[in-house]
Amino acid sequence: MQYFKPATFEEASALAAGAEGITRFLAGGTDVLVQLRSDLVTPDVLIDIKAIPGTHDITRTEDGGWRLGVAVTGAEMSEHPDLGRDWPGVVEAMDLIGSTQVQGRATPIGNLCNASPAADSVPAMIAAGAVLSVVGPDGARDIPVEEVPAGPGKTTLKKGEIATALTLPPRGAQGGDAYLRFIPRTEMDIAVVGCAINLTVEGEVITSARMALGAVAPTAVVVHAAADALVGRTLDDAALKALTDLAEASCNPIDDKRGTVKFRTHTAGVLARRVAQIAYDRAKGAKA
Amino acid sequence: MSKTHVTAKVNGDAVEFLCDPRETLLDVLRDRLGLTGAKEGCGTGDCGACSVTVDGRLVCSCLMLGVEAEGKEIGTVEGIADGETLHPLQKKFIEYAALQCGICTPGILIAAKSLLEKNPDPTETEVRYWLAGNLCRCTGYDKIIRAVMDTAAEMREAS
Amino acid sequence: MALDSSKTTDFKYVGTRPDRPDGLDKVTGRAKFGADATAPGMLFAAIKRSPHAHAKILKIDASKALAMDGVKAVVTRADFAEGLTGETWNVLENVMAGETALYDGHAVAAVAATSALIARDAMKAIEVEYELLPHVTDVDKAMAADAPVIRAGAADASVPEGLHPNVVRYYESGHGDVEAGFAEADLVIEDHFTTEATHQGYIEPHACLGTLGADGKGELWCCTQGHWNVQKLCAAMLGIETSQLRVTASEIGGGFGGKTTIFIEPVALALSRKANRPVKLVMTRAEVFRASGPTSSTSMDVKIGMKSDGTITAAQGTFRLQGGAFPGGPCEMTAMCAFAPYNLTNVHQVGYDVMTNRPKQAAYRAPGSPMAAFAVESVIDELCNQLGLDPFEVRLKNASREGTRASFGPKWPRIGLVETLEAARAHPHYTAPLKEGQGRGISCGFWFNHGGETSVSLAMSEDGSAQIMVGTPDIGGSRASMALMAAEVLGIPYENIRCTIADTSSLGYNEISHGSRVTYASGLATIKAAEAAVEELCRRAAAKWDIPEEAVYWEDGYAKPSGPNAGDHAPLHITELTADMGATGGPINGHFEATPEGAGVSFATHIVDAEVDPETGATKVVRYTVVQDAGKAIHPTYVEGQFQGGAAQGIGWALNEEYIYGEDGRLQNAGFLDYRIPVASDLPFIDTVIVEVPNPGHPFGVRGVGETSICPPLAAIANAVSNAVGVRMRQLPMRPSRVLEALESKDG
Repeated sequence: MQYFKPATFEEASALAAGAEGITRFLAGGTDVLVQLRSDLVTPDVLIDIKAIPGTHDITRTEDGGWRLGVAVTGAEMSEHPDLGRDWPGVVEAMDLIGSTQVQGRATPIGNLCNASPAADSVPAMIAAGAVLSVVGPDGARDIPVEEVPAGPGKTTLKKGEIATALTLPPRGAQGGDAYLRFIPRTEMDIAVVGCAINLTVEGEVITSARMALGAVAPTAVVVHAAADALVGRTLDDAALKALTDLAEASCNPIDDKRGTVKFRTHTAGVLARRVAQIAYDRAKGAKA
Repeated sequence: MSKTHVTAKVNGDAVEFLCDPRETLLDVLRDRLGLTGAKEGCGTGDCGACSVTVDGRLVCSCLMLGVEAEGKEIGTVEGIADGETLHPLQKKFIEYAALQCGICTPGILIAAKSLLEKNPDPTETEVRYWLAGNLCRCTGYDKIIRAVMDTAAEMREAS
Repeated sequence: MALDSSKTTDFKYVGTRPDRPDGLDKVTGRAKFGADATAPGMLFAAIKRSPHAHAKILKIDASKALAMDGVKAVVTRADFAEGLTGETWNVLENVMAGETALYDGHAVAAVAATSALIARDAMKAIEVEYELLPHVTDVDKAMAADAPVIRAGAADASVPEGLHPNVVRYYESGHGDVEAGFAEADLVIEDHFTTEATHQGYIEPHACLGTLGADGKGELWCCTQGHWNVQKLCAAMLGIETSQLRVTASEIGGGFGGKTTIFIEPVALALSRKANRPVKLVMTRAEVFRASGPTSSTSMDVKIGMKSDGTITAAQGTFRLQGGAFPGGPCEMTAMCAFAPYNLTNVHQVGYDVMTNRPKQAAYRAPGSPMAAFAVESVIDELCNQLGLDPFEVRLKNASREGTRASFGPKWPRIGLVETLEAARAHPHYTAPLKEGQGRGISCGFWFNHGGETSVSLAMSEDGSAQIMVGTPDIGGSRASMALMAAEVLGIPYENIRCTIADTSSLGYNEISHGSRVTYASGLATIKAAEAAVEELCRRAAAKWDIPEEAVYWEDGYAKPSGPNAGDHAPLHITELTADMGATGGPINGHFEATPEGAGVSFATHIVDAEVDPETGATKVVRYTVVQDAGKAIHPTYVEGQFQGGAAQGIGWALNEEYIYGEDGRLQNAGFLDYRIPVASDLPFIDTVIVEVPNPGHPFGVRGVGETSICPPLAAIANAVSNAVGVRMRQLPMRPSRVLEALESKDG
């Protein structure tokens, strides 16, 4: 395994484009090192991107959104004074991953590019409408987060392409997001099911809604119909029932050591109700 | 196989070492620097026995490569005491019998110290969640949580 | 004069809570555990393991590994002794496969190299050809007529004819007429229960550093619960004399029974002999799960009859234990513990030890007892519910007491079950209100405890301080307990005593630290060794005073004349007797070696409140109280620690821990990510009540405490969850999907 620590994204991209065998980018390393240790993936080329300037920065964008550098960690997100006020669901989703120790290294972009179906931060980023910026041999492009995972362990990034930053849109007035997952313990588990919802309201009435589910399909599922079910209504019992049915119908899970099809499908509905209530309360002004 | 030369600080002391890019910081601490206080319980970030601080940030040293330590300031359990004066957490862990076998103790001390530096007045729930990544199989955590809470109270009074 | 310091009250040191002697080393990181040792010229080793559940080994080709730079030796089964028999053969077969790989993770070869990375790469370069064989990993399926035979001829004489060859041991006992008893009952409940295999889950993986020369002399450093056992087994497997191998026990990072046997130690020694260099071998966490010894999984049927006044009229249990690819599933202990808390006129219990394609089971804290208690105490709880009886009243009504006959035969000596039940009933926990969605469960539990072969030496120093050498690795603070007991006898401060775990060349034979025997047996031996030293101290005083030694007695660190007839001598302090001991007769030491057989059994009663999320089936333990008979708590803080640790492990077993095998017979969760032991945020504080009903078999009344604490939790939690959801939970772990299904079955 060769280790590189380039000083620019262009250099990193060129290294990746020219590399033979398995290439991995190293930010927090909380997936890369586990795979290395478990003999699942031993990269031939490992490109550490943390020395590139700006990769640790959390900055306001001109339109009032947020830009997170590719090496920004979960701990840095949680400690940021303003980010969690705008996007509590995204910050909490990231914070659920692993231990305090893992939070010190793990990054949401790593979580996304590792392409696990159960990645906690991904449904929250999808619901928020986040966009991943990449550069590669053919130049820079922006990809909506939901279009990044292609299947377990696979992304739509091309050879030589490297993620540079994540952009969260402006929160805007009367909006709220939330994420919950189900795990058997209280910490340290991989999500059996995850659910994120991002809402805006006018008074009591929902004006926009985005919902995504994790760990119920090969990639995170965007539940587009959530908007149809919720927009123009209050979050009353009928809306919650519709949302539950929608969540269950959107699942295409597998039976595995962490959960059954039946349990995942049922719990997706439970989480959808609970998450919607939190997001709704936040949109109406409840403090995160 | 070519090795990389790395310069870092461990517990305030300058260190240099050569390491294979596949070696973790934990491997380096234990096998190259002779600091065996950090333990390998899993090698995959699930048990916390290898906890150290890197530039003040709590991490699992098994989830960081040795080559990534270049220019970093590493803190391990060997650096917690000030000469012969134990850190208050170390004293309380002995007093409370907050350890049985002691294999998880170095990691828990590092993690708890990191918590108290960030939050001098944690609730029981905050202590439990902060330490959720530090597995202990002997104690049921009871005496560990009590020791951390009491240390926090004592350090608040002292300051 | 034979000194007897037996007492159960008026202690000066025993019962206090001083700091442990290994505390400073353990909070500063300098305590040396298994993987912390190094030696000049040391090599690193790695083990090649079978990826198959059952396969014939056709060929092992290590040529590519041996050609790699830095690789110094490869060993296979051919490098170990031949002609071993019995359990020693079983252990060797488990340490390194012979003709057949018997489970996923079974060792087939090992390599030593100049770095850990090279060893790992070389291990991967060893090529093994297999012929796959049919496999079975489930206990009930392994007993079925069509199950593949793991190893023909493995059954012993206890097994009745007509059973599948995978049933390798059989146990049966009882008394009375159970059918007549069931006929007398107002209600009979019979249920089927299962538990999954769980792992001891110690945080320290197995690790050792071995050196063995062509001269047959060796040194071994390892984390173990019993280094004489390691010495004996390794010597046999390497074909050397036992005494030529010196084994030193490192600090041990948890064992709970899992480090009572060996897995990697002979491999390091064989590699060392071949490479002529010291060899360090450390398991990865995945290897610990795949190839060390978990506990048995079980399939159990329990039937109990009860009168409407709560009298149990008959009890019958069948316990099937899966112990991996070797004999050893603790079927007899499971069956014997099952009904031990109850005084029964009619009782019958049967145990089956069944082989499967899984790793060789190892002891796990009260082997077999927690599972039996789960089945039995669940049925008793259900009987209480259906008959509308108070669970404490029923247990007290039927409780085993001094003089009643145990379910497995003998009459009980002085025991403390009733005292734990009464203390638990009186605890505020039992009457605290429950919230919506919560349920309360109680359970009793029993463990035998053990004595075992024990040697201890005590040596006085000239300054009046003392050193104790014991041979039972300290797995729970026992060095502090030994020092407290010696302090009590010698009458010198706890701090003036240093207790060391001696290596195998420095002390006589000691059985493993198992069976909750250490504070009992090594403690008894320490007291006796200290008494021997005190007798010698009294003789020296008698000589100084020129009076008969019978006229001297020992009190609180002083030799004193026994009365006016003995003369008017000022008491001599211990320091005055040791200062010139070289001139008054030579060194003053005390020794004791024996196999004490008075280990007092121990009972416990636990109370637990569980809260179930009705929408997801997730269970949280919200309150937990352990009440247990310790006989006499030498160091109460460490006794509490054993109570809490056992309860916590039981919570994991009940709710989330399990070995998960795929259809391919491979273990699917060989890591702490998916083998889910409780984390700090999963648990509440765990209340403890120490009951002290002295054990007549120990000078200070000690009963072992380490194991009984894991016997009641599975049942207590299952009863709490069952009472919370209103459906009897008969399968462990009670993972959320199972609880949810139970809830649905009630609603549907």
